[in-house]
This record gives sequence, C-alpha cells and structure tokens, in this order.
Amino acid sequence: MNTEYFFRLFFSGLTRGSIYALLALGYTMVYGIIKLINFAHGEIYMIGAFTALIIAGALTLTGMPALAILVLASLVALLYSSIYGFTIEKIAYKPLRKAPRLSVLISAIGMSMFLQNYVLLAQTSNFLPFPQLLPDITLPESWQGIVTLPQFFIFVATAIVMVILTLLIKFTRMGKSMRATSQDRTMAMLSGINVNRVISYTFLIGSFTAALGGILISSYTGQINYFIGFLAGIKAFVAAVLGGIGSIPGAVLGSMVLGMAESYAAGYVSSVYEDVFAFIILVLILIFKPSGLLGKPETQKV
Amino acid sequence: MGMRKIAVFLITFAMVASFAMAGGQAEEGPIKIAVAGAHSGDLASYGLPSINAAELVIEKVNAEGGVLGRQIELIAEDDQCKPEVATNTAAKLVGEQVVAVIGHICSGATRAALGIYTGENIITISPSATNPPLTQSGEFPTFFRTIAPDDAQGLLQAQFVAEELGLKKVAILHDGGDYGKGLADFAKVALEANYPGVEVVLYEGVTVGAVDYSAIINRVANSGAEAVMWGGYHPEASKLVSQMRTQGMDTLFISGDGVKDQSFIDVAGANAEGVYASGPRDTSSNPMDAAATAAHQAKYGEGPGPFFMNAYAATLAVINAIEAAGSTDPDAIMDALRSEYVDTPLGSISFDAKGDAIGVGFAVFQVQNGTYVELQ
Repeated sequence: MNTEYFFRLFFSGLTRGSIYALLALGYTMVYGIIKLINFAHGEIYMIGAFTALIIAGALTLTGMPALAILVLASLVALLYSSIYGFTIEKIAYKPLRKAPRLSVLISAIGMSMFLQNYVLLAQTSNFLPFPQLLPDITLPESWQGIVTLPQFFIFVATAIVMVILTLLIKFTRMGKSMRATSQDRTMAMLSGINVNRVISYTFLIGSFTAALGGILISSYTGQINYFIGFLAGIKAFVAAVLGGIGSIPGAVLGSMVLGMAESYAAGYVSSVYEDVFAFIILVLILIFKPSGLLGKPETQKV
Repeated sequence: MGMRKIAVFLITFAMVASFAMAGGQAEEGPIKIAVAGAHSGDLASYGLPSINAAELVIEKVNAEGGVLGRQIELIAEDDQCKPEVATNTAAKLVGEQVVAVIGHICSGATRAALGIYTGENIITISPSATNPPLTQSGEFPTFFRTIAPDDAQGLLQAQFVAEELGLKKVAILHDGGDYGKGLADFAKVALEANYPGVEVVLYEGVTVGAVDYSAIINRVANSGAEAVMWGGYHPEASKLVSQMRTQGMDTLFISGDGVKDQSFIDVAGANAEGVYASGPRDTSSNPMDAAATAAHQAKYGEGPGPFFMNAYAATLAVINAIEAAGSTDPDAIMDALRSEYVDTPLGSISFDAKGDAIGVGFAVFQVQNGTYVELQ
C-alpha cells in the first residue's frame, strides 16, 4: 500500500505508544522500587483528566485566554494527582510494607475500585465533553494529513517528560537514591537513604506522568468518564511487562512496540484484531525473553 | 358412599360444570381481551405499562357503551418474560377464550406463546417484541406488532444512504456488541440485497474504550468511503466523529438510535453537526399521545412507562378491528386489522400482510445547530 498510509499509521502508533509510555513509567518505577504492581495507577490517569476538566471549566467562565487555561488547569491537575498518588501510597501500601506481596496487590486492586466508584458517585457516570485545550497552531503543509496537531503535542510532551525523567534519575541525588533502593532496599537503608521518602517521590513522579497522559489523551479524544483509566492502565501495564518491568527505557520501548503493533494490526489486518496482535507480541516476547525486552533476569531464592 | 364422598363428588362436578359453562359463553357477555407479558420479575417495568395502557383504553370504550354492544373485560396474565412460563400463560388464556392478546413483551416469550395462539387462531399484538422473524418468517399468521422490527433501522439507513444521499461507497463500523453489530449487520444485508450500486468498502469492529481510534480512521480514509455507518452507542461515535473531523475528513456519519441521544451532541460538540441518526419517530406532538399521557398521569399519578404508547395503539387497533369486523370471528378481525387505518398515539396505523405496523417506525434525524431534527 502507499507510503503516506504507512506513515499515518506510524503516527497513530506513536500517539498510542506515547500515552502508554506516560502511564507505563509509573508502573515500572513503582515495581522497580517496591515490587508492587500499582493497579490504582490507571485511576490517577483518570483523576488527572477529571481535575483538569473541572479546573478548565471553572477558568473558562472567567474568560481567560485558552493557553493560560491550558497551563493553569494542567498544573493544578498534575499537582493534585501527584498528591493523590502520594496519599494512596501512604494509606494503602505503606502499612503493608512488611506484609506478603499478595496483600499489597489486593490492596492496590481495592484502591483502584474505590477510586473509580468514588469518581462515579462524586461526579457522574455519563461521558463528559473535554474541552479542546491544545493551542491552534498550523502545522507545516507537508505534515498535514499525516499527523494532526494534538498527536504532535502528545509526542512532544512525552519526549520532554522522558528527557527530564532520564536526567532526574541519572544525575540528581534523588535519582541516585531511587536506583540504589531499587537495587537493594536493605542496603540502601543501611547506607543512610530515607527509603520512605524515595518511595513517596516515586509515587509523586509516576502519578505526575500518568495525569499528564490523562490530560493529553482526553484533550485529544474530547471525552472522559470514570472508567477511562481501567483499559488504558491495563494496556500500559502490558507495555511495561513487554519492555521489562522495572526498567524505565524498557517501559518506553515496550509502549512503542505495543502502540505500533496495535496501529498496524488495525490498519492492515482488522481493527477487531488489534488487541489480539498486541497480546500475541507480548506472548512471543515473553516466551523468548521472559524478563521482557530490556528487563534484567531476576534471581529468585526458592 | 359416605356423606363426605358425596360432597366431594358434588363439588368436583360443580367445578367442572362451571368450566364448561365458561367455555360456552363466548358469543355473549363481555368480550375478553388479555394483556400478557412480564408483570413480575426483572423485566416487569417493560410489561406493566401495557396493562395500564389497556386499562385506560378499555375503560374509555366501556364508558362509551363498549364494542358491538358488549362490554370489554381485561385479563392480565404474567409470563415473567420466560418462554417456559409463556406457554402456560398462553394455554390459560386459550382456556379463558380471549378474543385477542396484547403482548407478549419479550421476543423469546412471544415466540413460545405464539406456538399455542397460532393453533387456536387467537390474535396477538405485541407492543414490544422486535425480533424480525416473528413476522417475517410467516410462521405466525395471527401475530401483529405495533413496534418496528430490529431490522427496520438497517433497512431505513440503507435506503437513506442509497436513495437520499446517493452514495456509492460506505464503510460500516460496529462495536462488536449485540446491539451494535446487529444493527451493522442489518444495514449491510439491506445494502447488499437492495442496493447493489452501493459498495461496502470496509466492514470492521472497533475496540470499545480504546485510547485512540486514528488507525481505524486512517483505514476509513484509505478505503475511499464517502460515509461511515456506525452500529453502536454514542461514546465511541463521538470519539470517531471528533477524530475524523480533527484529521480534516468530512466523511458523512450515519448511525442508529444508540447515537440519537442529546448526550452525543453534548460530548461531540461542534463535531456532531451534520451527523445522521435513525431513531423512533417523534410522536410527542401527536395530541393523542398527550391525552394518553395526561390520562395516565391522572389515574396512576405518574408518567407512562416503556412501550405504553405501543400497547395503547395495539388495544385501540384491536377494538377498532372488532368494531369494523362486526363480530368476534378471528379471521374477520384480522382482515380488518390489515385493511383499516386507526388513529393512535403513534399516528394513523394499519398492518401489512405479515403483521408489521404500517406508519410505525423510524425516521432519519440530523444534528442541526446542536439538536436532532427529523428529516422528511
């Protein structure tokens, strides 16, 4: 088929991949540090979108320019969701730090259900329109028809977040502590690292990226409801496992592979099969590389 | 033989005799019309409004002197929407020698009951059973309905696309669900059977709740379709329409009653403009609709429930047909149902040879300035 179609599908895949990546980062970071699959992570994505909608709705009444609304609403939503993530950890996971891993997992699933139903009751079960907040810039002529502006924004925002996150983890003191905690929590504690603070930071950062994903994709699709976090969360979790859970570059790579697989499967085969292809790829990769694309094999004491 | 045995014998004899007498009074006394359907259980809310509808109509007719000089008696029988119960319900109503049955409510239960009514030549008019074969198979000649069958929307959409819009290439998308895929399949079949000039260039299911539909939208663009026919509900519809418009595509969008909902317009906003959706004809401007609603409000203290107007129309149609036939002979009544037009809250209706109502059904609406407008 023609190349333009191929590239359009490529950018569709990149959009999906970027969103999955923003979410997968949170899964993989939390797993890397406390070996927990934070099932409530998708809900943070949803809460980020809801908060942004509420703030943007309130600000629109004041007649501010769109760009100011976008920046303000996003900032408040990102901050609020980060604090949400932080609080979830304190309430649902910290008291269980010494409990078996299964207990924490159940606690995470419970938290996810609680948050979904809380938003359902406190807000609404209906779909709500999400305002088109992204600024209206005309893309260069040759790009039009291949990539749309909201897609472009999603790539740029994701790329910026990835770069900042890499710098943060590679070069700051907190980044170093995070890496140390992830390698060996007891040893990190012995060498004077405040592990509780490291965990809190991890949740803050993970929730920040998830909420950013929520705001970007909602602005792109134009609608939200209380359930949007669930499916996105599951897909991002799959992406994190695909890339090697615990590995940050792995999460990004896994997300891109998943996004591309879905996009090309929908484009060239059938959109009914997009999930089928995504999961076939997952199965194949896990058969040949059980720890994921970039994951390190974990030695388990039996 | 002791006194006790004689007493039991006499009582038994009296009971059998009373049945026999009940059987013999069909030509005199009140004309019996039954309402059958789900009057208890999970789906009672679909069945109970039809009792109210029949009560209101029959009360009014009786107050005006009845029909053929006889009063009408209403008998309500529950089938709980269960086929196995519905056969018992039907047998009981046959024993009661009813002239006509308004019901049943659910398609499965209706089908089961029709097995009995057909043999006894009892007229059955359902206000709500939409399963297409009930009329189209020709198996049940005594069956009529005052609601359009499931495939009517697909037929209407196909006709609209081919004749009104004059399109040559369409893409059909659906959400894979019972309703959505069903509607899409009916539309596809109707297009292929009746309009060979219209090519279905893409027939695809989409994933409900996916974060992004741009891949499938690219596929639609690549297929050269002039319109998307969507089988599904409004949340996905608004995502699809919005993403098509963001990509600068002006492909037409045609859907069914799952999208003919104000919340679609609220969510999709400006992108909803120009979208077509088929849906039940708007009868709220009909004065009979308003009068029936007011009567219901006065008698029961609340607004009418689902299928109330359909049941109201069915009862009116039966009584009108008995009047026109001049007797309670089933064949004469059925002829009258097929030939006479009767004014009902759904409009002026009659029935075709297969038993589907003429004048009841769907219309195509278009979003214009933020609201659905019925197209003529």
